[in-house]
Amino acid sequence: MRLLLLSLVLLLALPAPALAMHISEGILPPGWAVLWFVTAAPFVGWGVVKITRRKNVDPSYIPLLGIFGAAVFVFSCFPIPVPVAGSTAHPAGTGMSAIFLGPFASVVVAFISLLLQALFLAHGGLTTLGGNTMSMGVVGSFAGYGAFLLGRALRLNLFWRGFLAGVAADLLTYLATSFELAIALHGDHSFWSVLGQIYLAFMPTQIPLSILEGVVTGGIIVYVQKHRPDILRRLKAFGEVKS
Amino acid sequence: MKRVLVLLVFLSSLAVSGALGAEEQKPKWPGVDETVVEKYARDLGREAREPFINTDQGDLLLFLFALAGSIGGFIAGYYWHKLFVVGKEDRQQRD
Repeated sequence: MRLLLLSLVLLLALPAPALAMHISEGILPPGWAVLWFVTAAPFVGWGVVKITRRKNVDPSYIPLLGIFGAAVFVFSCFPIPVPVAGSTAHPAGTGMSAIFLGPFASVVVAFISLLLQALFLAHGGLTTLGGNTMSMGVVGSFAGYGAFLLGRALRLNLFWRGFLAGVAADLLTYLATSFELAIALHGDHSFWSVLGQIYLAFMPTQIPLSILEGVVTGGIIVYVQKHRPDILRRLKAFGEVKS
Repeated sequence: MKRVLVLLVFLSSLAVSGALGAEEQKPKWPGVDETVVEKYARDLGREAREPFINTDQGDLLLFLFALAGSIGGFIAGYYWHKLFVVGKEDRQQRD
């Protein structure tokens, strides 16, 4: 019954065709496109190694990979209308996956999601796959993971640690996207001014969305703590977790 | 007769300008890729190109999004059930 309800909720939450944060096909000049592929490749490669190791020692790792892999895929093509901005954008989801899967595995999950979206959903692009993997995968995952650890160091409760992770993953993903666009395309204009303009243009949509992403990330962590605290105890990012 | 003609011209001009306006109207709820990424790229001299595999044709893209969402939802739901329903029951039995 619960599975049926969950499936129903997820089906009702199907994404509709709309494009959002990913850098579209052909926008990055060839040199920059190649550079971002080269930069992202070691993270993806090491992520595959980490996944192979973890699944051999933790029986709950594959189900976690299934849940958060699918969640990142659906989140990152899920257009959410933001009335104050009059436009739509999507959360990153990589903060949440980085906490549960580890930041390197989260990069792999983001890479696969972006590849599928570029191939079949006309979302993002194959030439910009490296750039999008760097921003959503690498920067999103490590920012989310870092913010979570910062929250732990500040002795925040689990919800607020998750909230910080969700907000940081979202806002820094868009900062990385702005950086990639500005550094490749600023031409004769000042790099900092172009970067500022692009990032500020994202903000009316992304600030509300990042708060939403923070609440969802914090909520999921609290749910897991309540129902399967043993899973959290096995994850390095959590340290001591009370049952 | 002259008045009727003027009225007709006025009304038809209104209708045409309305139709033209409608064509130029921006779509509601555009994605930030359109309003930010592609806009700034265009301003800086770089246009987006068509995807290599262009599935944005009629309702094909809607079908693919629905299919991808269903598969993603099913996978997440399946493993969620495995961890938080079956896994929780197993753990309680072991305890």
